[in-house]
Amino acid sequence: MRAMIDSLRSFLLLELGKGLFLTLKYFFRPKVTINYPYEKGSLSPRFRGEHALRRYPNGEERCIACKLCEAVCPAQAITIEAEPRDDGSRRTTRYDIDMTKCIYCGFCEEACPVDAIVEGPNFEFATETREELYYDKDKLLANGDRWETEIARNLAADARWR
Amino acid sequence: MPKLTVNGIEVEVEDGATVLHACEEAGVEIPRFCYHDRLSIAGNCRMCLVDMERAPKPIASCAMPAGEGMVIRTDTDRVTKAREGVMEFLLINHPLDCPICDQGGECDLQDQAMGYGFDSSRYEENKRAVEDKHMGPLISTTMTRCIHCTRCVRFATEVAGVPELGAIGRGESMEITTYLEKTLASELSANVIDLCPVGALTSKPYAFTARPWELTKTESVDVMDAVGSNIRVDSRGAQVLRVLPRLNEDINEEWISDKTRYAIDGLRRQRLDKPFIRGRDGKLAPASWDDALGTVAARLKKAKPAAMAAITGDQCDAESMFALKRLFDKLGSGNIDCRQDGAALGGARAGYLFNSTIAGIDEADALLVIGSNPRIEAAVLNARIRRNWLATRLPVAVIGPQMDLTYDAETLGDDPAILADILSGKAKFAAKLKRAKKPMIIIGMGALARPDGAAILGKAHEIADAYGVVAGDWNGFNVLHTAAARVAGLDLGLMPGRGQMDVAGMYKAAEAGKLDVVWLQAADEIDADRLKGAFVIYQGHHGDRGAHIADVILPGAAYTEKDGIYLNTEGRVQYAGRATFPPGEAREDWTIIRALAGRMGVNIGFDSLDELRAELFEIAPHFANQDEVKSARWAKFGGRGKISSTPVAAALDGFYMTCAVSRASETMGQCLTALRADRAQDAAE
Repeated sequence: MRAMIDSLRSFLLLELGKGLFLTLKYFFRPKVTINYPYEKGSLSPRFRGEHALRRYPNGEERCIACKLCEAVCPAQAITIEAEPRDDGSRRTTRYDIDMTKCIYCGFCEEACPVDAIVEGPNFEFATETREELYYDKDKLLANGDRWETEIARNLAADARWR
Repeated sequence: MPKLTVNGIEVEVEDGATVLHACEEAGVEIPRFCYHDRLSIAGNCRMCLVDMERAPKPIASCAMPAGEGMVIRTDTDRVTKAREGVMEFLLINHPLDCPICDQGGECDLQDQAMGYGFDSSRYEENKRAVEDKHMGPLISTTMTRCIHCTRCVRFATEVAGVPELGAIGRGESMEITTYLEKTLASELSANVIDLCPVGALTSKPYAFTARPWELTKTESVDVMDAVGSNIRVDSRGAQVLRVLPRLNEDINEEWISDKTRYAIDGLRRQRLDKPFIRGRDGKLAPASWDDALGTVAARLKKAKPAAMAAITGDQCDAESMFALKRLFDKLGSGNIDCRQDGAALGGARAGYLFNSTIAGIDEADALLVIGSNPRIEAAVLNARIRRNWLATRLPVAVIGPQMDLTYDAETLGDDPAILADILSGKAKFAAKLKRAKKPMIIIGMGALARPDGAAILGKAHEIADAYGVVAGDWNGFNVLHTAAARVAGLDLGLMPGRGQMDVAGMYKAAEAGKLDVVWLQAADEIDADRLKGAFVIYQGHHGDRGAHIADVILPGAAYTEKDGIYLNTEGRVQYAGRATFPPGEAREDWTIIRALAGRMGVNIGFDSLDELRAELFEIAPHFANQDEVKSARWAKFGGRGKISSTPVAAALDGFYMTCAVSRASETMGQCLTALRADRAQDAAE
């Protein structure tokens, strides 16, 4: 008896009809996907994306080569070399981040006493070669200049909880 | 021997000890800033407060003598509260600039603030700001960070003997200053950097280069002078970044000289990093190891044993000298000399050691210095003489030029004939020497590195015998070397035997065209022009005097780049560790000689450093006893001969640039410039 009902069900394509009905139902519901890259999802102010080195509003770089980010980095992705600049201030001569080592934990940002190194909102920095992911100081400062508005806004938004 | 109780633990301390010592004896750590074991007690930081029974308020443990029956507590709430209060006061004017401070990570104030500091400040007024002072090319100052512990002032006044640092003003307007904005004119000046518990005085050449946690630390031995100061070499990657002293009560205590500390930037400059061969055009051209060794092997094979010679330098380790000696022995030549300045040393071991040991200086009660300036030849050792002088007004007399030794020394003159006057009792100082129970003679290379050096050494031996310098278990006859490799070289027999050439003989032979090949093992303090007649093989690390005349250069390792054994002027055996690798194609020195021996088909009997050392210990067993001094039996040494009337000169003509490494060092150059500028200013005034 049961075998007869089962064969009848499959003969009438009932399951197929059920599935197509579900499809039809979702066809009229609002979309959950976005049309990336033309549309983008919202990001938390705490989002940890591509690194950037920031500057003060007067153009002076913030980083003072204290090396706390280098020390705290669990992936040992940061390399810093420093020496006195001509005016006697403490500055880096080299600030490298190996983005292929980085695990985006955000400890560098936490450790920085002057908010110089930050992880900005940018996550679209895929490259064609590995070499392009070995960031140097110029690249990081350029990132900072490009993203400063967003970074400053995010830091301000999150300042209450810091 | 007072007995007292610390936190319920009963301890017994020596007479004259302080409560702080008693606490340490009981295993209780007391925080402190101004107190330092080797300096006088100031008692001005107030961090070491402890509770004493029946005392109305906490006492400063560093300044309170331990008394019988005292009951000390360091774990009460009152003590913690007092220390927290002191810390808060100290932090009122201390800037919050740890991220840009070079002391960060090794700062006493940082560490102790973790224990006793608050997380926030209650001070809302403006912090104090102090103008930075100029202290020369070695010490960088940020006086706003100063907490007025006065350790630097006490060090300069007591240990270094240059009372040029001081404090002016009181209370908040107190400042540490050099008064005249001059370079601190001491060979030990940079020790104030280690002493400074905060970042007020930091190292200028090392400024901002690294953090302490990034550095690889290697225990090593200094070769800039023959004292053999114990050092710690801090390196990162292939670079030596700084040198710090290591505690050794018998040698350097915890000081090192400025040259030891700062000549290391010379290790990065003028380096020989690949083999060179002098071409037909007379210019040195880079070559492969294969070609260089091939050329050397061919030359050595062609030369007669009597026409080949070797000179070893002042900073060679025992292993490389031994390897070279072994090679020359196998080639049948005995023309090898480790005394490139021509000093009349050798023979009985007591005739070239600092027999009393450096610690023995503390016991001496009269000192005769012959042809030496301990202040520049062995700055750390000089500090010990000064300490004895401070404590006991040690009578010191000098035969040699007028010099400032940082303590009172009677200059007897620079005529070597004074030696005879002392021997006959005519000289004034003879009476003091006679009266002394533990008289000491320090004879330096200024008296020995001259043609009549052997005769002077013999005369000094006679004086030693006549005045009881050697009596019982006291041997106050001391030779102060300037070369770190000298004692090891002499112990290993790197000197010519009868009928073989010493350095002077080599010069003569080279000029007469009778010397085919001369091997210079990092020997740069030579009269290079006189060796030009021979085929010169230079094995060393710097492009200095020796390399300029070389026909083949075999690049070797400097002292931080190899494991080596060094014997200091006392004959103390010390092992130095390798901090970095030699640059480029340069190799450790013994491996070069081993490779050459292989090339020539000579079996020199070792293939590894361990095997080499085993061979070395066979001929000189005392090299195996690390950190030990094998004392020498008093014996006959020195010559008789006539002593010329040439004045006794100084062995070194300056402190800062005395070897290939320090000559290549930019920092040492800056020191020399600063010293000359200050002298010129003094002269103008």
